Amino acid sequence: MAADPKKRPEGSRNRDVVFETRGLTKTYLMGEVEIHALQGVDLKLYAGELVVMLGASGSGKSTLLNIMGGLDTASSGTVRYRDQELTNASDKALTLFRRDHVGFVFQFYNLIASLTARENVAIVTEISRDPMPPEEALALVGLNERLDHFPAQLSGGEQQRVAIARAIAKQPAVLLCDEPTGALDSKTGIQVLEALGHINEAMDTTIAIITHNEVIGEMADRVIRLRDGRVENIHENDKRRPPGELRW
Amino acid sequence: MRTLNRKLLRDLATLKGQAAAIALVIASGVMTLIIAVTTLDALSLTQQRFYEDFHFAEVFADLKRAPESVAGRLRDIPGVNQVETRVKASVRLEVPGFDDPVRGLLLSIPEGREPLLNHLYLREGRLPEPGRAEEVVISDAFAEAHGLRAGDRIEAIIRGRLSTLRVSGTVLSPEHVYQIAPTDLLPDYKRYGILWMNRRALASAYGMEGAFNNVVVSLQSGAAEAEVIDHLDRILARYGGIGAHGRDDQHSHRFLDEELKQLRAQAVILPTIFLLVSAFLLNVVMSRIIRTQREQVAVLKAFGYGNLDIALHYGMLTGLIVLLGSVLGIGFGAWAASGLAAIYTEYFRFPEMSFRLQGWVVFLAVAVAAGAAMLGTLRAVWGAVRLPPAEGMRPEPPARFRRGWLERSALRHWLDQPARIILRNLGRHPLKSSLSVLGIAMSLGLLVMGAYQLNAVDHMIDTQYREVMRMDLHLTFSDPTPARVHSELRHQPGVLAVETYRSVPVRLLAGHREYRTSILGMDEQPYLRQLLDGRQRPQGLPPEGLLLTDYLAQDLGLRVGDEVRVEIQEGHRQTVTVPLVGLVDEPLGVGAYMQRPALNRLMREGPAVTGAWLMIDSGQQRALFDSLWDLPGVASIGMISEAERNIREYMDDTILMFALVFVLLATSIAFAVVYNNARIAFAERSRELATLQVLGYSRGEVSWILVGEILLLTLVALPFGWLIGTGFAWALNQAFSMDMFRVPLVITPGAYGFATAVVLTASVAAAVLVVRRLHRLDKVAVLKAVE
Repeated sequence: MAADPKKRPEGSRNRDVVFETRGLTKTYLMGEVEIHALQGVDLKLYAGELVVMLGASGSGKSTLLNIMGGLDTASSGTVRYRDQELTNASDKALTLFRRDHVGFVFQFYNLIASLTARENVAIVTEISRDPMPPEEALALVGLNERLDHFPAQLSGGEQQRVAIARAIAKQPAVLLCDEPTGALDSKTGIQVLEALGHINEAMDTTIAIITHNEVIGEMADRVIRLRDGRVENIHENDKRRPPGELRW
Repeated sequence: MRTLNRKLLRDLATLKGQAAAIALVIASGVMTLIIAVTTLDALSLTQQRFYEDFHFAEVFADLKRAPESVAGRLRDIPGVNQVETRVKASVRLEVPGFDDPVRGLLLSIPEGREPLLNHLYLREGRLPEPGRAEEVVISDAFAEAHGLRAGDRIEAIIRGRLSTLRVSGTVLSPEHVYQIAPTDLLPDYKRYGILWMNRRALASAYGMEGAFNNVVVSLQSGAAEAEVIDHLDRILARYGGIGAHGRDDQHSHRFLDEELKQLRAQAVILPTIFLLVSAFLLNVVMSRIIRTQREQVAVLKAFGYGNLDIALHYGMLTGLIVLLGSVLGIGFGAWAASGLAAIYTEYFRFPEMSFRLQGWVVFLAVAVAAGAAMLGTLRAVWGAVRLPPAEGMRPEPPARFRRGWLERSALRHWLDQPARIILRNLGRHPLKSSLSVLGIAMSLGLLVMGAYQLNAVDHMIDTQYREVMRMDLHLTFSDPTPARVHSELRHQPGVLAVETYRSVPVRLLAGHREYRTSILGMDEQPYLRQLLDGRQRPQGLPPEGLLLTDYLAQDLGLRVGDEVRVEIQEGHRQTVTVPLVGLVDEPLGVGAYMQRPALNRLMREGPAVTGAWLMIDSGQQRALFDSLWDLPGVASIGMISEAERNIREYMDDTILMFALVFVLLATSIAFAVVYNNARIAFAERSRELATLQVLGYSRGEVSWILVGEILLLTLVALPFGWLIGTGFAWALNQAFSMDMFRVPLVITPGAYGFATAVVLTASVAAAVLVVRRLHRLDKVAVLKAVE
């Protein structure tokens, strides 16, 4: 089912649109400070592509990801996932949307400390419609040997790979990753990126990775730069570099 | 098992300290309700069954002497069901091997068979055989106190003649569930016994052949008791009747009723206070525990768990804790209640205790605890799920900090950085801090209430026996005796002081209210039996007019200056009007008092007395007793020190037992609250504290921030706790005031001190536990992980 990773003959533009945002803004209060995290974002994500969103901290990239994933709501503008309008969706509709279509990977893994690797995955597969077995998901990220370890017994990279397994086990159409390597050293970070690249190819999952690490952009189909809550530019790579070749 | 449930169990294991503390609070609340209600239920159920099964009479009348033929007229009174005439005799007993004076009450039973009313429950042996004049059955408590068995012999002085009696069995009677001598407040089974013998034998010994001096009656259903009593009084008046009365004025029943009333008060007020306090604490603690799981809630939501799933998950967490607490509370509550019920059988002589655990009590207790805990849980869960998950995963925004007034005051120069952090931490969540303070204050309040009970009872007994009853012996005479008996008593061996009194049974009437008691006619300035005024100072008696115990006056709705109608129940049996001239403050019993000459005038008699109080040289007690027994007309000798010992024992066994249980529960609640507060404060601050350690603060300095916060909250809570405790004690005091005794609202500094010490100890213990945890904290890991 995977296309040749090095070459994408049709080009992203010809494929189905998964996400589309228009004039998206988000303002929130942090303590007594009003933060304008997004100030009008227009963006499309296509099926099966791997997108890297780059930006300094405070550029609004996490907020954008959270809104697309239904973790947060916009102050104005619209978000659409395929045919579904997310802009004013109810809490219940957003819950179902997350349950059925989206997988998340967070910078700090957010594993449940009281559950083993296998159980951290199972907690998601138990409520999914068509999940793969937790063991299979963990095998995909190379953790088939550490199924019954608790998060505290795993290294940071391993924990992040459990988080990826948890995100992909329900076979989501979209994987949203917020600084997945932010808390890791470069060697483990690259292992995690390899796992993500592998998922993208093997399962044709649309993946959006948020990072402030320019190097990671080289493994993407497209690189979207954000600055001060706006899209600064979008760059399309001719060729994706395998994560194993990245260095930082 | 679903993974979420597995998480539940592991969370519970992680929270085990806190969960155990919360379970303890629940258990305390549940236990209190179960103890109080179950003991009450056991006692009233047992009473009801005993009364029904053993045909307890409903109307009782004493008289001088009436021929048996009058019984027929009594049976014809409309509304009367059964009539049992009896001979009743106060006697002096001598038990082999026991030297103290023993009083006895001899009652007749039909020849060799059970009476129609007030059946006897035969515990051992058999009833006296017909025609056997020397055989008696005795109350089982008296038998137990002296180790008497069927076949043993005791001696009785009946109308001045010594008879030897043989015990044929031991019995219980619904008429004497509570066995006390007429002048006493508490049972003294060694010095007071009840005996039953065949009618013919007793009548001949007591000079009552073909006659009776006591009658008991049962009523037809729907009959008006008051009318039957009036009717009886009219018939018996010419036979020296001193007024029939219903169960309300029957000695044993009245005391049992008082005890039930007291238990009912306890059953309402104590569990209410405990359950409310524990409900409040559960609410606060559960909501704060859930709040520390804010991030996990966000993760679950991010992966598509719905609000209901999450609410259910945390609801189950709380449910398990509630379940644990309830099981503990029900188990220990039932155990303690059955123990207490057993203690009560010592004072209330029933054949057996009917003990049961009622479903509704268990349900109510668990429902209140669970409801409160769930409310707290769901409140917090709602707060967590209401946030979009993205926000839930973000560290909580730095709260708005302000400089508090303390920091702006002159004190600011002494505040170092950690002190400022403590103050601002507390100041930034005023609601949370207030709730913590309130929680600690409430548990302190419970302790004050418990300690109050323990101390106040002692204070009450001290007042009674140091200030009011200052005599050593209390004599009663079988008939009114000329006042010159005073000098005769004064010259008995070892007698240091004598005061005589006249006691007249009366009915006090005020409006539609009435009360049966006796008026004590005393010396103008009594010394051995003092009357205290509202400020606890001894007062004298004016030449005319009546003094009443303040509680009784209030009960009758009388104020000083009011006229009291007094229905005299002896002699000419007139109703007279006497002004109320003063009030007496006394903790035990209630009474009416006059100067003796005034009472004698009221009775239209010369200077007669019916009893005396003696102060004696205890070294000559033996000789005095021998000599007193030789005096004609001495009906009973009571030893005040024995009475005091009895009442202390009784209080120790019942009220203090309750109070002790409550103090233990309050202590555990106090610890649970303080510990939970500290644990949560630790969870909320661990990142901040780790940061400070990384920045170079020592462990001690960092610990101080946490410990200082715990101690500061505790210190602030102290005055509120004292206030709340005083309120609780007041509520308890209001519920507890009754005829038999009124525990004064005296909260000693010791009670406050004890409660404070417990709470401070709990705080220090909690601080130590938390600091140990702080020292184990992995600083780097905490800093790396998102909050």
